[in-house]
Amino acid sequence: MIRLFANANYDFIAFRRYAYVLSAILIIPGLILLAMRGLNYSIEFTGGTVVQVRTVQTVSTEDLRTALDATGLKGAEIQNFGAPNEFVIRARLAGIRQATDSQEGGTQEVARAVSQALTAKLGAGQFTIVRFEAVGPKVGRELQGKAGLAILLSFIVTLLYLAYRFEWRFGTAAVLATVHDILTTVAFIRYLNLEVSLVVVGAVLTMVGYSLNDTIIIFDRVRENLRKFRRQNLYAILNLSINETLPRSILTHGTTMSTTLALVLLGGEVIRPFALVMTFAIFTGTFSSIYIAAPILMYIEKRWPGQDERGARAFTGRAVPDVPTPAPTGGGAGLGGSGGRAKAAV
Amino acid sequence: MSTIRSRLILIAILTVVAILALLPRNETQRVPDAVTGRMKDTTVRRVPIHLGLDLQGGVHLALEVDQTKGPVPDCADAIQRAERVVRARIDEFGTTEPVVQIVGRCRLVVELAGEKDPARATSIVQRTAFLEFRITDMKNLFRDALPGIDRALALAGVRGTAPVSSVAQLLGGDTAKTPKGAKPKGKTPAPAVDTANANALSSLLFQGQLPGEFLVPDEQVARADSLLAHPEAKALIPRGLDLKWGTDVQSRGARLYRALYAVEDKPIITGEELTKATARRDQLNNHSVVVFDLTRRGSRKFCDATGQHVRDYMAIMLDGKVVGQPPIINDQICGTGQIDLQSKPLTEAQDLALVLRAGALPAPLAIVDEKTIGPSLGADSIHDGIKAGIAGVVLVVLIMVGYYRLSGVLAVSALTLYVLFTLAGLSGFGFTLTLPGMAGFVLSIGMAVDSNVLIFERIREELQHGKTLRTSVDEGFRHAMSAIIDSNAATALTAFILYEVGTGPVQGFAITLIIGIGASFLTAVFVVRTFYMIWLQRRPDMVTLSI
Repeated sequence: MIRLFANANYDFIAFRRYAYVLSAILIIPGLILLAMRGLNYSIEFTGGTVVQVRTVQTVSTEDLRTALDATGLKGAEIQNFGAPNEFVIRARLAGIRQATDSQEGGTQEVARAVSQALTAKLGAGQFTIVRFEAVGPKVGRELQGKAGLAILLSFIVTLLYLAYRFEWRFGTAAVLATVHDILTTVAFIRYLNLEVSLVVVGAVLTMVGYSLNDTIIIFDRVRENLRKFRRQNLYAILNLSINETLPRSILTHGTTMSTTLALVLLGGEVIRPFALVMTFAIFTGTFSSIYIAAPILMYIEKRWPGQDERGARAFTGRAVPDVPTPAPTGGGAGLGGSGGRAKAAV
Repeated sequence: MSTIRSRLILIAILTVVAILALLPRNETQRVPDAVTGRMKDTTVRRVPIHLGLDLQGGVHLALEVDQTKGPVPDCADAIQRAERVVRARIDEFGTTEPVVQIVGRCRLVVELAGEKDPARATSIVQRTAFLEFRITDMKNLFRDALPGIDRALALAGVRGTAPVSSVAQLLGGDTAKTPKGAKPKGKTPAPAVDTANANALSSLLFQGQLPGEFLVPDEQVARADSLLAHPEAKALIPRGLDLKWGTDVQSRGARLYRALYAVEDKPIITGEELTKATARRDQLNNHSVVVFDLTRRGSRKFCDATGQHVRDYMAIMLDGKVVGQPPIINDQICGTGQIDLQSKPLTEAQDLALVLRAGALPAPLAIVDEKTIGPSLGADSIHDGIKAGIAGVVLVVLIMVGYYRLSGVLAVSALTLYVLFTLAGLSGFGFTLTLPGMAGFVLSIGMAVDSNVLIFERIREELQHGKTLRTSVDEGFRHAMSAIIDSNAATALTAFILYEVGTGPVQGFAITLIIGIGASFLTAVFVVRTFYMIWLQRRPDMVTLSI
């Protein structure tokens, strides 16, 4: 039998500060970039028009632009989409208002303008409009609100569920790790300048589920080990649990990553942003379960110790026992109470 | 033995049900006949999974009551009435599985899958189709009021744009053919502002062929419209008259004109009294016409009114615009009538007949969200999705069998059941498979084996702790359970929120995820456990497990 990382014994928690630095390197520039440039929202959110055309012969985007400019549709984004003869033309509502001086009806006019421009440039029958979307500003605003609401709701619900199944310390740690994942994912989206469509928001929410799922697997083992090794401190138990679940993590993330990579490479242009976000989500979800969720749990236990106050002893014994047998020396001293809290910074 | 048997029976039943749910079956669709254009029922044989608009192509429309043309106080009521009308129209228009539903309070969503002519579908849904018949201004009251309106506009300081000379000779003249060349200087700025001011409105209107008809150069329509909307002008429009534009642009010589009609403000009859409307081609002049029948009450009203107005002109108005040139009433008209669309294509007459039959919308509808996906794009998406799905499955199978050997084979065979159950679940509950749904499904294949991975790793640990083979398997399943339940529940909760808050394609994704979680729980835990039980029973002497 092949066994990857069987009986692994890495001191994951000791690396937490490096992990924090790594997260900060990923998140902070991303957020700065976000504050400066914002996200590339799809027209579902901003309102506007998208026209996807397929031409018989290949045309350059420059030619299309001059054709569009000639019909007065200036400032539309033109993008090659997958094949050289397939284009996506985007006109956001703000631009349309300037061009046509109308509020709602403008979206229809854009479709007409694109159609005119293409007929003039390529001739009738030389192109097909394969996709047309027009979203009014009201619907866009509603969707923005809904997406935020969905993420917030998912936090509350998981917090409640974990508080019910575990206890509030685990729930808080899992949710904070998920907040970290959302931040890194948003930074990732910003770096790649992916278009934020409803489907990408869906990917972020799936990421929330996946990351929580992964954290829960580890926490489930932590819960079990806490019962099993009554005298062991939390630091050791966290490390033990992460190591024990390591083969599972490798395997599951391997299979899931295979499917997301298949989607990135073969799933087509429409689904690619979704697949990219999910691929990154597997990384960040796994990373945060180990390096964010577990240390935060330890920190919370230390600040607000649970009934047996094991969190208070989190740093009293650093050595992780190879064979998980309760350390005979740890016990009594640690139970002394919260007064003897170690001053380790987390 | 008996537990194994009952488990196997349960799995067999589920499998058979799932296969039955996915067998291609005959479905009745209403489609327009290619030859006659009438609606007919056809049956097609296909796998009963609803494909979303993004996969099979089609039109998605979200409509709201248009408040810009006058406030509608109770939009919820208006939308409910509009829903009935739109549904009636769509049913006749004929697409497979149309969706017409009210979302929220005041929004109507219409989805027409597989529709190939989105512009036509949109116009059929959106058309108010308010039909009325009005008598034109036979006494030329509006024409006589024009000088007064001009004076009032001049007093109000409205500037004219056209020179005067061209108008004076035309006003009151009975031929409308002369305007050609009469306004060659229309584009040049008016040299004498004072004189131009005197005829701001009348300089734009040319008397047409019949009483109450005026022709306005097409490029001046917006200006004429704004002048007529001026409060000073409005106040002087004779009581009992309305001004309505014609639908079409007509050419007189080299110039284009739009007709403006002065019509009575009360219709003699409206489309509510219509019982039947059919499109046909008039044999005499090859015009497209819509022939309609009236209700008994409407017929009486129409008889009386047309009887009083013999030799008068009657404007046929649709959605506030005059269709064609008002015909003369030669004799009393009762029971039936026709709308002449002249040289317009027959399909246009058919569409008009359709919306007239289905009735008028209670209020105009504005499109707030529109999506049109061409069928070719949908086909490409399905193709790519299947390709990615196969690649993903092959990788998952390789990893599982390569790592877990025979146990991996068990997991993979359970995975085929997982695929079957998930698709059957989508079909059985009538959910729609969307493109994100397909992506979610591919992704869920990778995640579905997670439960098996958890169980197998647990069994390995138990074996390592020196427990016997059977105990290890039992303990492995038992101990992995809490992690499986908690992690799946968390994912299901987020998927549920996604479903509640999301729209369209995202809901499809959430549904696929939820069904996938249920199916994976069933196959990875129950089915694989059964496989193990059979395996261990067949080989009682087994000492090492292929895991």
